[in-house]
Formats: sequence, C-alpha cells, structure tokens
Amino acid sequence: MTSARRGNPVLLGLAGLAGLLLIVELLPRLGLVNERFLPPTSRIVAALADEVSTAAFWRSLGDTLYAWALGLVLAVLAGVLAGLVIGSVPVLRELTASTVEFLRPIPSVALIPLAVLLYGTELGSTLLLICYAAFWQVLIQVLYGVADVDPVAEETARSFRFSSWGRVRHVLWPTALPYVFTGVRLAASVALVLAITAELVIGAPGLGKEIATAQNSDAVATMYALIVVTGALGVVINLLTRTGERRLLAWHQSVRGEVAT
Amino acid sequence: MLEVKGLRKVYSSGSREVEALRDLTFTVDNGDLVCLVGPSGCGKTTLLRCVSGLLTPTSGEVRLGGSPVTGPPPGMAVVFQEYGRSLFPWMSVRANVELPLKQKKVARARRKELVESSLDAVGLTGTADAYPWQLSGGMQQRVAIARAVAYEPETLLMDEPFAAVDAQTRADLEDLVRALWQRLKVTVLFVTHDIDEAVYLGRRVVMLSSSPTVVQDELVVDLPAERDQLHTRADPKFIELRTRVYEQIQLAKKTVQK
Repeated sequence: MTSARRGNPVLLGLAGLAGLLLIVELLPRLGLVNERFLPPTSRIVAALADEVSTAAFWRSLGDTLYAWALGLVLAVLAGVLAGLVIGSVPVLRELTASTVEFLRPIPSVALIPLAVLLYGTELGSTLLLICYAAFWQVLIQVLYGVADVDPVAEETARSFRFSSWGRVRHVLWPTALPYVFTGVRLAASVALVLAITAELVIGAPGLGKEIATAQNSDAVATMYALIVVTGALGVVINLLTRTGERRLLAWHQSVRGEVAT
Repeated sequence: MLEVKGLRKVYSSGSREVEALRDLTFTVDNGDLVCLVGPSGCGKTTLLRCVSGLLTPTSGEVRLGGSPVTGPPPGMAVVFQEYGRSLFPWMSVRANVELPLKQKKVARARRKELVESSLDAVGLTGTADAYPWQLSGGMQQRVAIARAVAYEPETLLMDEPFAAVDAQTRADLEDLVRALWQRLKVTVLFVTHDIDEAVYLGRRVVMLSSSPTVVQDELVVDLPAERDQLHTRADPKFIELRTRVYEQIQLAKKTVQK
C-alpha cells in the first residue's frame, strides 16, 4: 500500500488524460465514429488555438465569468444571510422547513420561461437561474452549520458574558464557516452549469451562446473546443475554491490532518 | 459570598418530569475552596449550571454577593469538563485567553499583560501561538484555566475539570488549582465525583445524595494548608476524612435504592 507502488497520483492522472486524448484522436481516424460528430483531438486543438486568437472568444469568456461570479456572489450573500437568520431563530426554522424542501428541488432550468419573460436574452436571465440554483446550496449548508454549534462552546461564551454580536461573530460564524465553504464550492459548480445552460438555451451572451452558434454553423471542432474550455473552467473554479478553503480553514479537523493528542 | 438556597430543578419534556435537584442549600464563603462531591448522575453539572446562571432553577435561588443570579454574573468564570469543546479550535491559545477580556472591554495593553501572566501561571509560557488542538489534553485544560484566571474572577466554578485527563496530569492540575487559589484569593467551587480529589483540594467538602439531590453532609477538611500529593494523601487524617466522605456517598446510594 505504499505510494511508491501506486505511483505518483499527478503523473497517473496526466497519463489517464493523455489516454483519453489519444482515444479521441484514434476513434475518428480509424473510422469507428463519424468525423462529422467527433473530430480527432488534433483538429479540436487546432480549433481551440484559432478561437483563443479571436477577441470574440475572450469577450464571451468574460461574459460567462462575469455572470457566474456576480450570480455566485449574490447567491452566497443571500444564502449566508438567510441561513444565519433562519438557523438562529427556531420558530423561523420550523416555519420555513417545508417551504424550503418544496422550493429547493425545483430545477433551475424549469424557470427558463420565467427568466425569458422577465429579462429576455439579457444578463438578468442568466443571473436569475444562477442565483436560484446556487442559493439553496448555500442556504442548506449554512443551516447545517448553524445547527452544529457546540453547546459547550456556546455556554462558554455565555458564561463569559459575550454580547449577542460577540456570540455570532466568535462562535456561530466560525462554526458555520466550514459549511459555508462547502456551500460555496457546490454553488460555484452549479452556477457554472447554469451560466452555460442559460447562454446555450436562452442565447444570453457568453460561451454557451458561442457553443450553440458553432453547432448551428456546423463548426463541430470549434464546438468541441468551446466545450473543452467550459470543462477547464470547472476544474479551475474547483481548484480555486478548494485552495481558499484550505487556507482559511487550517484549524478545522478536515484540513488540519493528524495532530498529537 | 455564594449562597444556594432551596435550589430545585425539574426537567420536563412533554408529560414526563425528572427531578434532578430536590432541595439544595449551602454557602461558599469569600475566598473559600469548596468541593462538591456526589455519586455519578446526581445532578452535579445541573447544579453548577444553575449556580453559573446558565440554567434557570425551577425554584429556590442562587445569590452571589447578595444579589440574585439570573444570568451569568460578572466576576464569575467557569472551567468546563470538556476542554476540547470549550476552547475555540479556530483561535490560537492567545486569542482564546484574550477573547473574554475583549468582550469585557479590557484595554489592549492590560489584555496583553493578563494573557501573558495567566499563561505563565498555569505553566504554559511560550505556547500562546499554538492552537489548542496542537496541545495535549492536560495542556488544553491548562489553557482553559488560564482563560478563566485572566478574566480575574472573584468566583471560579470548575465542573469536573480533570475527569478527562490521565492520573499524573490530574495530580499536577490539582496542585495547580490549589496554588492559584492560594495566590489569587478567589472563591472556588469545585465539582467532582472523585472523593480523594475533593478531600485533597477542598477546605470544605459538600456531599450530595443521589438524584433527586439534596445535601447529604458537609465536612471541614482540617488538613494543613500546604498539601502535597505524596504526604497529604498518606496522612492518617486524610484517610480518615476520605473514609467519612466515602461512607456518606455509599449511604446516599443505598438511601435511593430503598
């Protein structure tokens, strides 16, 4: 079970990726799939290189990232605030529990017609979908976090006569923070999915719209190239949130690892 | 002076009622060190939470310096048994000790002084930048004690603080509590289930019955003020006292079984 025998995980991961690229290169070349539906890797890469050199690509990427970031920030702010308030007031929690359970499973894409009615093909449509989907992810996590406050920690704060704000700031918030991060991480991925979906289906400006355009104009290699870009975005977003989490939660059991006891 | 008069606590959930404390009356004089000892499950923690103002009693009252305790009173600090949960893992040792002082609006320079002197007093010089979870259990409880000491309380409540540490650490911490009590002239109410610990530490021992709890007996520990683990525990007087406490606790258990 040594890591030497299992090999370097990064190298193995890269080897797996290289294998996939090779298969995608070979499948159309060997005639196993029609090149019209899956061009070989080399042509996708060439299309990607072409895209990267155009200003339109970067504008679309910027639009997608802007919608994603703005939607995520709004959803996180609303989710954290609502979660802290609802979670700290037992009556509110009881009152909203069934409503949350009803609203939460509604797929955001079901709101596309509503979004179009309200905002047409503008940024607002994309934001509505992102916020709706991401909000619940954050809210639910924050509710869990607030419920996780250790009674002993709470009594310690009370016994030292902490102010109400002091208890929120120094006990409730740090306890909820790991949950907030989980919520943000989930919300960040969901927000990207919804950003691309909105652009693709509604035609709001962004990478999704470009994918639809490429498909309509039969530029299949370009379409794949853009899909690869959205995938890469997902990876980068996940890496960033995980790094942020590790930095800020160094004290937390899930991050600190083994310590002397 | 800390006065507990006719304290009664009934927990009710639905139609079921559990009488944890029946009728408790005792006093702790200023500067005294009183140990509360009783069989396990006798409501010691309930009592301490009522005394500290964290829990409202069903009837009876707690008075501190003449005024009734209705919430955590100023000038009182509590050391909990669960040090690992009572210290905040997201803060360094220094920040843990300092936070109650910030909440008490102590000036920055004075806070720094208090944090340093209290960490020195519990033998933790140089660990201020560590996180609690990087320390051993005994050291963590020292941090909790330092936090209480830095708060400069007149009354210190300790709820089975050494129940979760090993025997050797426990002996060291007992001596630490005696030393701090003598030096700082605080009033200490120390709750424990350990008869030897109660007699070794206390100037008075209050014995509690099984639940529903009343005061079973009280005794004054007339051992010399200077105590040490080796000689005090071998002192015939110590053995006589612990036998008396032991007999009372056994009696308390039997009374309930009848």
